[in-house]
Amino acid sequence: MTTSNPTFTPAPASSGGVTKESRGISAEQGVLYLIALLLAVLFLFPFFWTVMSSLKTVQEISKFPPVWIPEVLQWSNYARTLTIVPFALWTYNSFFVVTLSTLGTVLSASLVAYSFARFRYRGRDTIFMITLGTMMLPAQVTLIPQFILFHKLGWINTLYPLWLPAWFGGGAFAIFLLRQFILSLPKDLDEAALIDGASYFRIFWQILLPLCKAVVATIAVISFIGSWNDFVNPLIYLQLPEKFTLAVGLNYFKNQPEMGGEPTQHLLMAASVMVIIPVILLFFATQRYFVQGIVLSGIKG
Amino acid sequence: MAAITSPGRAYPQKQVGILARMAGARSEMQSNEAKWGYIFLLPWLVGLLVFWIGPIIASAYFSLMEYDVLSPPEWVGLANFTRAFTGDKQFWPSLARTFNYSILVVPFTIFGSLFLAILLNQKLKGTNVFRTIFFLPHLTPSVALAVLWIWLFHPSIGPVNMLLEAVGIPGPGWLTSKFWAMDALIIISLWAGVGGNTMLIFLAGLQGVPQELLEAAEIDGAGRWAKFRNVTLPMISPTLLFNLILGVIGALKVFTLAFVATQGGPSFSTWFYALHIYQQAFAYFRMGYGSALAWIFVLILLTFTYIQLYSSKRWVYYAGE
Repeated sequence: MTTSNPTFTPAPASSGGVTKESRGISAEQGVLYLIALLLAVLFLFPFFWTVMSSLKTVQEISKFPPVWIPEVLQWSNYARTLTIVPFALWTYNSFFVVTLSTLGTVLSASLVAYSFARFRYRGRDTIFMITLGTMMLPAQVTLIPQFILFHKLGWINTLYPLWLPAWFGGGAFAIFLLRQFILSLPKDLDEAALIDGASYFRIFWQILLPLCKAVVATIAVISFIGSWNDFVNPLIYLQLPEKFTLAVGLNYFKNQPEMGGEPTQHLLMAASVMVIIPVILLFFATQRYFVQGIVLSGIKG
Repeated sequence: MAAITSPGRAYPQKQVGILARMAGARSEMQSNEAKWGYIFLLPWLVGLLVFWIGPIIASAYFSLMEYDVLSPPEWVGLANFTRAFTGDKQFWPSLARTFNYSILVVPFTIFGSLFLAILLNQKLKGTNVFRTIFFLPHLTPSVALAVLWIWLFHPSIGPVNMLLEAVGIPGPGWLTSKFWAMDALIIISLWAGVGGNTMLIFLAGLQGVPQELLEAAEIDGAGRWAKFRNVTLPMISPTLLFNLILGVIGALKVFTLAFVATQGGPSFSTWFYALHIYQQAFAYFRMGYGSALAWIFVLILLTFTYIQLYSSKRWVYYAGE
């Protein structure tokens, strides 16, 4: 992992920005900038609109022609959102699920990857091929039997189905990525430690895992975002509003145009902003790992 | 089959047990290694069996049953499949809609992503900022994405129609119109997908194109298009294949966006195949029929993937070969 890779540089200084050749910006570059800027506006506008809508009054939100920037920013919309629906509870549920599934993915996938990368035993390569095969399968085919399984266990309306499976290997993608990385580490490290009498688990925990930090971070971020954004699983397993995660909670809120006679459109926008913000913050903080993970998956795949 | 004596340390020279030999071990040390290998593998072995292989077999079994979870499953043979092909009014239309959606979304996403990746590969200042901005929609949870766009596409107070009216075009009802809902979903999908993983993977592919090949082409007098067509494109063709396969699978699986934004409506105009599976299995609790639908879906996905892999021999260039 290169250390020089800048993760987030401040906005480019406009045309005055110095190029090394000090010849300013060529016409061609100007056109490219213009295209990039237009596209950036196109990509950012929906976010801008949502944030602005979340700060409007009920009157402003349904005004025509639409109000771009509310006269007085209604920050109280956010406070109202927290109380009109059990938003704090949903947030807690989401963080609970995300934390446990991310932890489970990282810990179990790295252990399994260690096994695939460093041990020789019969059936290893066959099991690894099967593991890769699961990546090709759409979730739809396992969804129904898994639902029946968790139903029989009495886990409907609990959070177990959302995080427990992550503790059993964390999925093929995480295992694959970690295995590739461990394979690239010199085997002398393990052997030296083994001769010194270290146990296999200690080699894993104290030597290999610290070296895998970057890949582990990548997997943690991808797993966090995947779990935070997951909609289908909470949708089928959770029916009681007090058990909801944010994703299904937001959908539930969307389906109530008013609550106790109080219109909720502007509050819905505030709720959406609050659902989006954690992933965006996480992305900014860990962009380097995230981008690297996607790219690795593309190149190796 | 005697155990090997290790030079440095005194391993007891005894024959390894039957279990260890089954694991492929010939010596005490190897058997110890195999044992720990299995121990570390155990979580995934259980996970693979309980969450993958078991469900796949169960799903095939349920597809031949009628099963509502509460009463025991009842054998119906291939009735679920004949019902899908002949008796289900929404089976073929939902499949057709899903293809219709994918045929537009996949090529536009691929071209759009490639375009953005090329733009980002021009070494402009602030490339990182642009990359982040293009990527943001992809990070947004699908539910929030749908909620956001319901308001942007609002027929009377949404900014999309406001802009259209400003240039003299009367805006349609978008998500609330059965003629426009599909197009609206396609637009949302493009906005959300063009700058996502597909773009990042293309960008990595573009950065892997050897500079000396491009320079050589330039010396030979190749113009911009000729360089792209004859050097860049063949060099990134494996990336293109990868993105294409993932793109097709992703588009055919479209669910959350339609579920939240339109609930499959108005009048079934966005009732995609994945919604149909969901409804049959989890709204009507027809687990047997749902499993049959899911298996049909798997076969369709595998067929598409196979066709792409097979045809790729004609157009994908691997530099290593």
